[in-house]
Amino acid sequence: MRLWLTVIVASLGCAALKLAGFVVPLRLLESAIARRVLEALPVALLSALVAVSTFATGNHLLLDSRAAGLAVALVLVALRAPFLVVVVAACATAAGVHALYR
Amino acid sequence: MSLQRNGVAEPRRAALRRIRNRALTIGASVVPFGLSFGAVSVETHLNLAQVCLLSLVLFSGASQFALVSIISGGGSLFSAVGTALLLGTRNGLYGARINALFRPRGWRRLLMAETTIDESTAMAVAESASGHAAYAFWATALTVYVLWNASTIVGALVGNALGSPATAGLDVAGPAAFTALLAPRLTTARMRLLALSSAAVAIATVPLVPIGAPILIGALTAVAALLVFDR
Repeated sequence: MRLWLTVIVASLGCAALKLAGFVVPLRLLESAIARRVLEALPVALLSALVAVSTFATGNHLLLDSRAAGLAVALVLVALRAPFLVVVVAACATAAGVHALYR
Repeated sequence: MSLQRNGVAEPRRAALRRIRNRALTIGASVVPFGLSFGAVSVETHLNLAQVCLLSLVLFSGASQFALVSIISGGGSLFSAVGTALLLGTRNGLYGARINALFRPRGWRRLLMAETTIDESTAMAVAESASGHAAYAFWATALTVYVLWNASTIVGALVGNALGSPATAGLDVAGPAAFTALLAPRLTTARMRLLALSSAAVAIATVPLVPIGAPILIGALTAVAALLVFDR
C-alpha cells in the first residue's frame, strides 16, 4: 500500500513539475539564482545517490562488493563506454566479488 | 512553379529525415537505461503495474531510478518522493523553454508538458533555427516515450523471469547508472566540488538520520554552500 502511495505521489508530483514550467513565467526560472539552483540540484542529488547507494546499508556504512562495482563503473564512464557496458560490467564485478568473498 | 516547389520540398524532406534519424538514435540510447530500470524495480519488489505507472506518468529516468533506489534501501516515502521531485525540477525549466518556443494550448499543452524531458527539449532547441523545432520535439518525445516504456516493461519481465540468484550484483546498477548520468554534468571544477561535497555530507549523515534522508541533506547542504560561496 505504501509502495503504491509512493509511486502515485511521485508520478503525479513529477508530472505537475513539468506542467509548472508552462505556467510559471520564464524570467522567474531564468533568474540568476534559480538557474544556479536548477543546474546544481541534479549534480548534487546524483552524487549523493551514488555515494549512499554504494556505501550505505540501512544506517550503516559498509565497504562491500558494491564498491568494486562502482570502481569499474567510474573507470568505464571515464573511458566513455556505452551506458549498457557500464551497468553490466559494474553488476558483473559486484556479483563476482560477492561470490568470491561470501 | 512546380520546379520551384520541388526545389523547396527536397531540402525540407531531407531535414525531416535527418531529424527522424536523430530521434531514433536518441530513442535507442534510452533503451539500456529502461531495461536496467525495469530489472532493478522488480528486484525492489515493485510490481509490473507500478513500474508501468512510473514510466507512463512520471516519465523521467533519473527521478524514477532515484525513487526505486531509495525505496530499495529502505528509505521513507518522504525521502524517496522528495529526491525524485527535486531531480524533476529541471524539467520545469525545460518546460518554460518549450512553452516560450511553442505556446501550446489545451490538450496539446498537457501532452507537450508530459513529454518535456532532456532529450525532447535539446532537440527542439537545436532545431529552432531550422524552422523544424515542433517536428523535432514531437519526433523525439514520442520515440523516447514509446521506447522508454517498452524497455522498462521488457526489463521488468526479464528481471522477474531471471529471479533473485541471477540478479546478484544488481544492487550496483543504481550507482553505475547515476554515475553515467552524472559524468556529462561534471564539466567544471565548480560542479566537481559540488558533487564531492554533496557525497561527503550524505555519507557522513548516514548513521545519524533516517534512511534516505542523507541524500536530501547532502544535496541541499552542498547546493546551499555553493550559493553562499558564489556571493
